[in-house]
Amino acid sequence: MGYQINQDKMNAILTELSKKYKIYGPRRYVGDGTFAHVDTIRYGEVTTLDDIEFKEKSNYSFKEVLLPISETLFYFTENEMKEADAPHSGAIVFLRSCDLHGLKRMDTIYLKNGAVDTYYKRLRDNTKFILMGCEDSFENCFCVSMGTNQSDDYDAYLKIDGQNVLIDSHWDLLDTALAEMPEIQVIPDAVSQNKTVVEIPEAIPQSVIDSPFWEDYANRCIACGRCNFVCPTCTCFTMQDIFYTDNGKAGERRRVWASCHVDGYTDMAGGHAFRDNKGQRMRFKVMHKINDYKKRFGTQMCIGCGRCDDVCPEYISFSNCINKLNTLVKEEN
Amino acid sequence: MLDLNTKKIKKNAYRVTKVRGETASRIRVPGGLLTADILPIIQNIAETYGNGRIHLTTRQGFEIPGIRYEDMDAVNALLQPIIDKLDINQEIPGKGYTAAGTRNVSACIGSNVCPFANYNTTDFAKKMEKEIFPNDLHFKVAFTGCANDCIKARMQDFGIIGMTEPQYEKERCVNCQACVKACKKKSVDALTVENYRIVRNTEKCVGCGECVINCPTRAWTRSTEKYYRLVIMGRTGKRNPRLAEDFLVWTTEDVIIKIINNTYKFVENYIDRSAPGGKEHIGYIIDRAGFSEFKKWALDGVDLGDKTIVKGPVYWSGLHYD
Repeated sequence: MGYQINQDKMNAILTELSKKYKIYGPRRYVGDGTFAHVDTIRYGEVTTLDDIEFKEKSNYSFKEVLLPISETLFYFTENEMKEADAPHSGAIVFLRSCDLHGLKRMDTIYLKNGAVDTYYKRLRDNTKFILMGCEDSFENCFCVSMGTNQSDDYDAYLKIDGQNVLIDSHWDLLDTALAEMPEIQVIPDAVSQNKTVVEIPEAIPQSVIDSPFWEDYANRCIACGRCNFVCPTCTCFTMQDIFYTDNGKAGERRRVWASCHVDGYTDMAGGHAFRDNKGQRMRFKVMHKINDYKKRFGTQMCIGCGRCDDVCPEYISFSNCINKLNTLVKEEN
Repeated sequence: MLDLNTKKIKKNAYRVTKVRGETASRIRVPGGLLTADILPIIQNIAETYGNGRIHLTTRQGFEIPGIRYEDMDAVNALLQPIIDKLDINQEIPGKGYTAAGTRNVSACIGSNVCPFANYNTTDFAKKMEKEIFPNDLHFKVAFTGCANDCIKARMQDFGIIGMTEPQYEKERCVNCQACVKACKKKSVDALTVENYRIVRNTEKCVGCGECVINCPTRAWTRSTEKYYRLVIMGRTGKRNPRLAEDFLVWTTEDVIIKIINNTYKFVENYIDRSAPGGKEHIGYIIDRAGFSEFKKWALDGVDLGDKTIVKGPVYWSGLHYD
């Protein structure tokens, strides 16, 4: 159902909802960027609509709400252990269409890929998603190429319209809160074209593994992992078992984001690493995003948010890599 | 027949050159940043009244040689839009730059452009210009964005080196150790890993910000407060060239401005009035009066705050030729 409501009343509804849900949205963290006087837009708790950055793309995705960067899974001492409490028991997340498609990728990996991940599930189950529209494409976005520019499986769509807020609700709790408001038709803003267009190669031959194509990236990539950390579809983690220093008999197990570009990702006992070469790390990531995942789950993994291109300090473009790979595959066929 | 007061000429930012009859106009650019529309004005002066050449000075100015002394008034008129655009403290409008002892406040390119800079060096330099110009006393002040010290702040009477106090949000850390590697290889090796998380040795840390720059997850961020290392009394010269030594570490903008203003009072009190041209470098005055006496004057009425480390007594080394 579509509604129109003024911002003050909507903020009052958010305040009411915040009693039951933690509300997360893209926030501007002033001066928090890599360089002096540079802001970061990343996910954090919000209390009013003013806290949410609607105008710019967030540098980091929403994924840390459901998959904390560092999450204690359980505490242990001697013969006992206790599962850690969940960071939240219910959440509302403001996000754009591309990220909402990213959520499906996370669900696939953590809920539909063999055993259900209980730590993910307990955060995911009671989380509602509010779509933020995109009137214009941002730099490096290629959502149209990936088919992620539109979404209809949101719990609500929200748009700031001057002093008013336009809402399309698919959520009964919100419908109840908005019952007195005038009903209007609200259609989410979505872009229909991006400046960046990618064409994903069909049927990439196995021989591409050994192609000199990746050597360029071997020289350019610095293995910082930023492309992975900003990506809403990168879901790898590693484990850390900690023994508290004052008491070696007690400790905790954490899971922490991992990156296939960062040193150590493929390290084995004895010191062997499968992909020392950074070009091979790029190959692994690219093939996973546009080939391997699809073979396994039927949809493309990459959602075209372009954050990897936004963030790479060495100006490596993932979208350009796909297009160059496409040309290469066509030539070889 | 030329009949000139060379002292007045020098105070008007003209040089008495080796070429009889010719002077050179000196254009100060505080903080080293100017808009491109100033360059054609400089070009015009050089081509109309100079010899068509422009020298780039070490303190971030332009020097236009080959100007006839009798053209100084005409050149001053052409300089006015530059002085206005650069927001120079000018004594008499239309009469050109005022110059004397205190040298152009220079700055590295800073956070407008450089990824390593911890603050806007140009803005601070311009603020300092407003505080101390014009002044007859020989002071050299320079601002540099980080400990790399590209402006050579350690060759100044007052060098201001940008610092940030790294803020660590451990829950955002993935233990990639990019910060540890950067600190070890590019800075002072102040970071260690304990239970997969980073421990910063606050005694060693120089506040360069390499950990912040290299962190891929925003676990490391900059402090809201900007901090500075104030290094003092570096110098070149004939007798005892030396690098500036640390005076204050983790200090703030207000403190630095107050200390430099206080130092002018100290110099007024202790300067050797018989020094050639009435000019004596501050460092030599401190050598004579003693560091503790300088410190007493410099810190008069200064609220250092909780974080500032005061070094002292400060001893300088360098080369002694006297």
